[in-house]
Amino acid sequence: MIPTVTGTPLLGSGVGALLGGVGPAAVETLLATSANSPLPPLLVVVPLLVSIAALAVGYRFDRAAWSIAAIGAVLQLAIAGTLAWRVFTDGRVVHVLGGFVPPFGIVLVVDGLSALVALLIAVVTVGVLVYLRQAGPRGSAFYAEFMLLIAGLSGLGTTGDVFNMYVFLEITGLAAYALVASGDSGLAAVAALKYLMLGTVGASLFLLGVGYALIATGTLTMADLAVRLAEVGYQTTPVRAAFAFMVVGLGVKIALFPLHTWQPDAYSASPDGVSALISALVSTVSAYALVRVVYSVFTVEFFAANPVARDLLLYGAALSVIAGSTLAVTQREVKRTLAYSSVSQFGLVVVGFALANRAGLVGGIIHLLGHAIVKGSLFLAVGIIAMRTDARTIEEYAGLAGRVPVASAAFAVLAFTMIGVPPAVGFVGKWYILLGAVEAGEWAVALVVVVSTLLTLAYFARLIERMYFSPATDSTDPAGTVADGGESSPDRESRESESTVTDGGSAGDSLDNAAEEGRAGRDDRGSDDTDTNANTDTDGGVVDDDGDAAVDDAGSSEPDPVTDDPGGRGVTAGMTAVVVLAAIVAVALGLLATELEALLRPTLEVLLS
Amino acid sequence: MSAVTDLLLTRYNYLAVVVLSGIGMYMMIENHNLVKKVIGMNVFQTGIFLFFITMAYVDGAGPAILESGGGGGPYVSPLPHVLILTAIVVGVSLTAVALALIVRIYAEYGTLDEEVLREVIHE
Repeated sequence: MIPTVTGTPLLGSGVGALLGGVGPAAVETLLATSANSPLPPLLVVVPLLVSIAALAVGYRFDRAAWSIAAIGAVLQLAIAGTLAWRVFTDGRVVHVLGGFVPPFGIVLVVDGLSALVALLIAVVTVGVLVYLRQAGPRGSAFYAEFMLLIAGLSGLGTTGDVFNMYVFLEITGLAAYALVASGDSGLAAVAALKYLMLGTVGASLFLLGVGYALIATGTLTMADLAVRLAEVGYQTTPVRAAFAFMVVGLGVKIALFPLHTWQPDAYSASPDGVSALISALVSTVSAYALVRVVYSVFTVEFFAANPVARDLLLYGAALSVIAGSTLAVTQREVKRTLAYSSVSQFGLVVVGFALANRAGLVGGIIHLLGHAIVKGSLFLAVGIIAMRTDARTIEEYAGLAGRVPVASAAFAVLAFTMIGVPPAVGFVGKWYILLGAVEAGEWAVALVVVVSTLLTLAYFARLIERMYFSPATDSTDPAGTVADGGESSPDRESRESESTVTDGGSAGDSLDNAAEEGRAGRDDRGSDDTDTNANTDTDGGVVDDDGDAAVDDAGSSEPDPVTDDPGGRGVTAGMTAVVVLAAIVAVALGLLATELEALLRPTLEVLLS
Repeated sequence: MSAVTDLLLTRYNYLAVVVLSGIGMYMMIENHNLVKKVIGMNVFQTGIFLFFITMAYVDGAGPAILESGGGGGPYVSPLPHVLILTAIVVGVSLTAVALALIVRIYAEYGTLDEEVLREVIHE
C-alpha cells in the first residue's frame, strides 16, 4: 500500500500548478463547450431543503411529512425534466459552484447520462412516494431520511469532482442505512449495521483511491484528472492503485459478487417501499458513478494500457452474474430472491461497462435504467402481495394469481421483462451487451450473458409457475393478513413450519400473537402499525391524494378493480397503479431503446473518446 | 536490510497508515463485539485520514496561512486538510448512526456479541 512516488515534496507538479493558479486547459474546454445553468445544484438543494422542512414541520404535524415530501418529489421531477430537456436539445450543462473555478472549486456536470439518471431518480421517487402514502413507514424522520437519500443520489449523479463524489456517496449511504433501519423488526437494525460497516469500508476505499489520484495529479476535478492521469502515465503505480481502490470501493456499493453480502439482508429486512427505493436507485447510481470513474476519469485508454484491469473487472462481473443467479435460485423468500437477482443483473451491467466498446456501454446503460424500474416495481408488487395475502415465501405464492390478479399480472410482466423477453427493456439491454461481448471477441462472456438469461428464467419461472399453475395450498385467512411489512424472520419461520402441518387459520393466529409480542417494546412503532390498519376505511380520501401526486407520472387516478378484492388490506388503487404503470413503462422503454440510444449518442462519443 | 531501514526512517508515516488501516480492518472482521467493530471502523478511517494529511506535508513548510502582504512560505498543501475535515465530519455521522443502531439491537436482543446475536436470530 506504500505509494511509490519518489522525490520530495511528495505532491507532484499538479499541486504546484494548482497553487500557482495556472488554469488547466481541460477545465477551460469543459466550461467553454457546455451551457451554464443554475439547474444542476437545485437537484441537490431542493430535496435537501425539503428534507429539513419535512423534519421541522413534521415535528409538529406528523401527517404533513408525506405531503411535503410529495411536493418536493414533484418539484424534483420538474427540475430533472427541464434539465433533461435542456441537455438533450442543447448538449452538456455545467454549473460552477460558488463561482470558484475548478480545479479550485467544484463543478457540477450534467451530460446525457447524468440527465437520464436524474430523471430516473425523480420518477422513482414519485412512484415510491405514492406507494409509501398507505404502506408506510410514517413519520417526519422517515421522510427526512427519504429526501436526504434523494439529495445524495442527485448529487452523486451530477458531480464533476471525485472528492465531492465521495461525500455524496457517504450522504447516500447514511440515508440508506437509516432507511433500512426503519423496518419494524430488530433484524432491520442488524441488517442496517452490516450495510453500514461494509458501505463505509467501500466508501473509504473509494476515498483512498481518490487520495492516490490526488498524489499522482494534484487535482480532483474529473475533466482535469482525465488529462493529467494520462500525462502521469496509465501504467504508473499510483494511477493503477487509484483505479483499483475506486473501482473496488464502488463495487461494494453496487453489490458485485464477493462484495454483495450486505445487500440481501438489507433488501429483505427493510420495509417494502424502502427495498424498492434502494434496489431501484442506490446500486444504480453507484453503477453510474462507476461509469463516470471508468470513462470520464480514467477513460478507455486506461483499459487499453492495462488490459489486466479490464479483464479483472470484466470477469469479476461475469462471475457476479453466475453467482448471483445461482444464489437467487436457492432462496425461499421472494425478497431475497429478488435481492440476489440484483447481484446478478448488476454483474451484467458492469460486464457491459467493462467491455469498453459502444454496444457494451449502451447495453449497460439501458440495462441499468431498465433494471432500476423493473426491480423497484417488483419489490413494490411483492409489498402489495404481502399486504393482501401475507405471502412472502415462494411456497406461499402458490395460486396467487387468483387472489391478487392485477399485482400478480404486473409481477409476471416485470419478471418476463427481467428475464429478457422481447420487446421489453431487459431484452434490449442484454442484446446490446451480448453484441458488445461478441464485438470484443469475449466469447466466454457472451456465453455468460446467454446463460444468465436461462438462470434468470430459472428463478422467475419457479415463482410464476407457483403463482399461475399451482393450486393455493393455504387458505387466505383474513385474520392472518396483518398489514405489516417488516415482521422478523423468527415469526416468519414459525409460520412456515406451522402452515405445513396445521391449517392456515391457526397459523395466522399464531403469527398475530408473535407479531404483537414483537412489537410490545416499541410503543411508537406499534401505534404506527395500528394506524396502517385503521386507515383502511379512509381509502377513498387517500386514493385522491395519490392521484394528485401521480399526475405527473400519467393519469393514474382511474378506479382500479383490485380495490374491491376481498381480503385486501389498505392497498390503494394508487399503489397498484404505480406497479402496473411501471410494467407498461418497462415494456415501452424496450420499444424506445433506439430513440434512447440516439439521445445518448453525443454523450457516448465523449465517454468513449 | 538497508532498504528496510530506509523505509522505516523515511516512510514511517506511510507505514503508520498501513498499520492503522490494517488494525482497523482486522478489528472489524475479527471482533465479536459490535461496539468494538465500530471502533475498528473508526481506526480504519483514521488510517486513511492520516494518508491524506501526510501526503500534504512538505519538509520545512508551515501551515498555509498567508501573512498580510503575501510572502512567507513554503506552505504545506492545504487542500487535503480541507478534504479530511469533511471526511471526519462524515466519519462522526457514521459513528453516530452505527451506535444508534447498536443501541436498538441491544434493546431488541439484549446482546452486543455477534455470535450470540446470530444464535438469537436463528432461534
